Amino acid sequence: MANTEFQRQLLDEARALVAALEAEDGEAAEAALARIGALRESDIFQELGRMTRELHDALKEVELDDSMQGLAQVDIPDARARLNHVIEMTDEAANKTLTLIEAAMPICEGLEDALRHIGEGWSRFRKREMSVEEFRELSREVEQFIDRGNQELSALKSHLNEILMAQGFQDLTGQIIRKVITIVDDLEDSLVGLIKKIHGDIQPRQKKEDPLAGPQIPGRESDTAVSGQDEVDELLSSLGF
Amino acid sequence: MEGQEPNHSRQRRSALDKNIKILIVDDFSTMRRIIKNLLRDLGYNNVQEADDGNTALPMLKSGKFDFLITDWNMPGMTGIELLKTVRADPELAKLPVLMVTAEQKREQIIEAAQAGVNGYIVKPFTAQTLKEKIEKIFERIQAAG
Repeated sequence: MANTEFQRQLLDEARALVAALEAEDGEAAEAALARIGALRESDIFQELGRMTRELHDALKEVELDDSMQGLAQVDIPDARARLNHVIEMTDEAANKTLTLIEAAMPICEGLEDALRHIGEGWSRFRKREMSVEEFRELSREVEQFIDRGNQELSALKSHLNEILMAQGFQDLTGQIIRKVITIVDDLEDSLVGLIKKIHGDIQPRQKKEDPLAGPQIPGRESDTAVSGQDEVDELLSSLGF
Repeated sequence: MEGQEPNHSRQRRSALDKNIKILIVDDFSTMRRIIKNLLRDLGYNNVQEADDGNTALPMLKSGKFDFLITDWNMPGMTGIELLKTVRADPELAKLPVLMVTAEQKREQIIEAAQAGVNGYIVKPFTAQTLKEKIEKIFERIQAAG
């Protein structure tokens, strides 16, 4: 409508310009030309205005995408906090387990030593190489070992129980990571939607190779990764190691 | 890969010498503790720790270490940079270096080999693997020396 209105006005002004030129009325011709210029400008401004409105609407549509806002402002910081908590929990569990193992190891070694000592005495006794006095000493040691062994074994059992309990991190971190996977899924959907809005479709992309790839993920291994220590050894021996 | 530095004065030590001084470099304290415990179980008690190459280097320069076990991917100075720095330093060039890392791409293993690593273990690893690699490294050094 605006366009035809514009064309009608333009035609009117063109006729006025031709009439003024034929009448050799310079002033009227100038005035008609100026009006034609003004008409053209106003048309450009209208077009610009229309584009601005469209852009504004498009931006509003993106802005108002509620799931996107929620993801950026709530879910992603939330995912970060969750993953940091996973690091803390696994760190804590590993350190707790290591501490308990480090406490249990000397107990095992102490029991080993005591058993070896008593075993040596017992075998001398069996071979009748032991005096009565020595046998009395051995008896005392066996008695002490029974007491000490019971105490230390119960300490060992309590350490093992605590190690057992420390494995509870697996359940909790598993639940937390599952939530993060949901957030990543939502983020993927939102991003795909946004890219489709802007580009209309999605171009397939190659994964960027990280020079420090770290632990390989099953099903996502790098083409050049070895599958384990045996292949490392093979590769190194082919290099002359 | 060995033997580029003939004038190294440090006394040659074998894997049988359980008093050798070992430095473990890894950014995760749990991994350092695991390796430390495994080494203790193998009889090596003279063990110190660093959390990356930058911390390790001054320790190596002043500490008269006999063996270096390092991770690859660490913030600060990585294990491969540490290895290259060690090999470029006349005082440290002959130090045996065992890499224990989750990096398992062929080009990385080749890069480490070319940089002069003495052994390469991929995580996760077993106590037996650690024992074998340490023994093998000392065997080779003795055979070469």
